[in-house]
Amino acid sequence: MRSVGDPSFDSELEALRAGDEAAFQSLIQRYHGPMFRLAMNYVGDRGVAEDVVQESWLTCLRSLDRFEGRSSLKTWLFGILVNVARSRRRKESRILPFASLWRRDDSDSHRPTVDRSRFGSDGMWSDGPRSWDNVPESKVLGAETLQHVRSAIDTLPPKQREVILLRDVAGFEAGEVSALLGISPANERVRLHRARATVRQKLEEYLNP
Amino acid sequence: MNCRQVVELMTDYLEGVLSTVERARFEDHIAGCDGCRAYLAQLRTARTIVGQLADEPVPAAVERELLEAFRSWRSAQ
Repeated sequence: MRSVGDPSFDSELEALRAGDEAAFQSLIQRYHGPMFRLAMNYVGDRGVAEDVVQESWLTCLRSLDRFEGRSSLKTWLFGILVNVARSRRRKESRILPFASLWRRDDSDSHRPTVDRSRFGSDGMWSDGPRSWDNVPESKVLGAETLQHVRSAIDTLPPKQREVILLRDVAGFEAGEVSALLGISPANERVRLHRARATVRQKLEEYLNP
Repeated sequence: MNCRQVVELMTDYLEGVLSTVERARFEDHIAGCDGCRAYLAQLRTARTIVGQLADEPVPAAVERELLEAFRSWRSAQ
């Protein structure tokens, strides 16, 4: 007997197992975008990334019966994606020059994230950030701003990108991401910190020209 | 704590992992520093805007293909 509060209770999972197409469609609409971005992070090629996402969905469907509900359906789905994408990256690493980016990655460094020249010799701001409170909200949340954010994320080293995508796009909690990626919570925080600092910096260049 | 140190602690602050003492020193600094307050607000705004990427629609062709895959999975059950 399953009940609410029991980790194995998941009405969405039950609906999927019962073949409810609307339940599947709703999952696609929520997770396909973040899954595709994450897949791109590993394979760097749209066609291959599309394959990876499709294969992940199919793997998910085929193994629904074996899914024991120890994690949420979402965590399980993204776990499948990360596995499929990483193994595809390994397989294609000889033909995808992109894969070598993973080796030259300083995501775990503790170098300052803000240019030293913005501080005085006392470590206080000399060229401090100007508040965005006076920037119209329509601009802050506008399509052009989003485009700047997109390109900022595209420039991130892959190890930072996977963390910011999982945390801030897919909406996972801190503990879920370190478990999913097999990294320590401290490494996750350093990467998230560097990633968000870069995005903030790009936003500043656009919003406070 | 100076601003250069405080900005590097912002994620630890937002993640709630600073010690009680560090957190108090951090908040003391922020309370009196416009630049750091703006920086922290901007990190939060950045997070919100990044979150909007989740709302990008699924291409219709991709959705169609996946729904077809779902139907064939279902009929094989």
